Amino acid sequence: MQFIQTIYTIWQRELIRYWRDKTRIVSTLFMPLMFLVIFGAGLSKTLATGNFGVDFTQFMYPGIIAMSVMSVAFFSTISTVWDREFGFLKEILVAPVSRVAVAFGKTLGATTIASIQALILLILAPLIGVAIHVAVIPQLVIFMLLLAFAISGMGLLISSLMKTTESFGLVMQVLIFPMFFISGAFFPLTAVPSWMLALSYINPLTYGVDAMRQIILGNQVASNILNGLSLHAISVDALFLVVFSAVMVSAAVFAFNNRA
Amino acid sequence: MNNIIEVKNLARQFNGLTAVDHISFEVKKGEIFGFLGPNGAGKSTTINMLSTLLIPTEGDAAINSFDVLTRRDDVRKSIGLVFQYPSLDDRLTAEENLRFHAKLYGVPKEEYKKRMEEVLRLVDLWDRKENIIKTFSGGMKRRLEIARGLIHYPQVLFLDEPTLGLDPQTRAHLWEYILRLKKERAMTIFMTTHYMNEAENCDRIAVIDHGKIVALDTPANLKKQVGGDIIKMTSGQHRKLKEELEKRYNKEVKEEDGKLRLEVADGEKFLPRLFNELDTKIDSIELHKPTLDDVFLHLTGRKIREEEASSKDRLREHSRRRGRR
Repeated sequence: MQFIQTIYTIWQRELIRYWRDKTRIVSTLFMPLMFLVIFGAGLSKTLATGNFGVDFTQFMYPGIIAMSVMSVAFFSTISTVWDREFGFLKEILVAPVSRVAVAFGKTLGATTIASIQALILLILAPLIGVAIHVAVIPQLVIFMLLLAFAISGMGLLISSLMKTTESFGLVMQVLIFPMFFISGAFFPLTAVPSWMLALSYINPLTYGVDAMRQIILGNQVASNILNGLSLHAISVDALFLVVFSAVMVSAAVFAFNNRA
Repeated sequence: MNNIIEVKNLARQFNGLTAVDHISFEVKKGEIFGFLGPNGAGKSTTINMLSTLLIPTEGDAAINSFDVLTRRDDVRKSIGLVFQYPSLDDRLTAEENLRFHAKLYGVPKEEYKKRMEEVLRLVDLWDRKENIIKTFSGGMKRRLEIARGLIHYPQVLFLDEPTLGLDPQTRAHLWEYILRLKKERAMTIFMTTHYMNEAENCDRIAVIDHGKIVALDTPANLKKQVGGDIIKMTSGQHRKLKEELEKRYNKEVKEEDGKLRLEVADGEKFLPRLFNELDTKIDSIELHKPTLDDVFLHLTGRKIREEEASSKDRLREHSRRRGRR
């Protein structure tokens, strides 16, 4: 009972903090949307002359959701290092509660926030000219949650291993952009050099983008075009994300439990 | 059982360096027990071991008769902690910080409302309960932390340098709350400080230096150890005066801040005698009753240097602010 209460308490704090930090909400929504609008406007004409076969904004949209999920989930979990620096972690660590519950609460909190953020983007989709069939939304939400959970686990693991606050910015920069760029958000990974393809195979974002793209475009473009843009079957994407989440969250819980 | 804290041969090393060197002591129920020593003497390390945040290298410690190694959760429930540096979530309100704490400590929901009001009133923050911590001053934060440390009704309250970085007025106020806790609740309080005047408020003091307890007694008894009143003198003929004092009164004369310092049993009677008998000319003379500063000097041969600590704190505070954006 106390175990569940601890998870809930930690989770609730994450949500309150998210809600209070309006600038963070706006900035983490603004960045992906900016990418979408600028790249979409800039590239769609150029690509229309070729045989891409898909509207570029439509193509990029799943990548934008993935980007938003990733940056929010990372920020929420890696900011645990700030909790340590500013003492609040001590308050948590000295409480008579299970560290496993604390780690779960943290991960679930970040997952929830990242998913809310993705849902906001989903609601905004019609306004920015992205067409999504209502019927695919449940499937889409499942993948948002999966991706958010996987990235949150990864973020908590990183923060548990991190020693100083200084490395926070570094980790964010070194991880977020490369992960984003080789996730297939901007260009199909079916025609890239083999080193990039290899890297994309260990990038959880790739699987999220790949699945969400197939879900969104599924009833909009011909299947031969869609196949030319996709890497894996949706079920394979789901399987990878489930396994990846399980590994990351267990490792994060273990690392958090063993620290301090 | 009369002792709420029992410590035996407790020691902690960090990479071969000894921070706490086999200390033993007991704290009785309802007393204010002070750990007095300079920065780096091992005070915080001791608190961290007693509060289960740090595992001792050697020795035993029990709180509320629970062993700190084997009964960690029981120990954690028995204590309230106020850390040296603020540990509040500054994006939450005062009430939210308390609620968070109460939930983690399993305070029943029905109980919570009553206790929240009680502890907030105790530290005069009841009317600020809806405010976000960011808007609080240093003194208010510290008071709220004390309230938070009390809401789960602990047996012992640990205060690690509770008044560090606070202005004198706030410091005095904080002490009012601490003394009220002792009086109204019979709360046992374990505190560390490097401010001598604060240590005076304790029932008993352990003077700690280089990880060892060098003395443990009531403030009054400790002062008696110093050997009476202190006389400080300056003279143009410094060395000559020192020799004369040593020869004539057969007393140890120490030099401190360019002044000669000796301890006598009864200062008021000794001064006139000094004026009559001395051959060497004196430029200035002062008499003062022993303080804990003198006790520390007497025990360790050094002064506790407050300036050093405070400049370090300022630096830390600065970097904290910068990091926070």
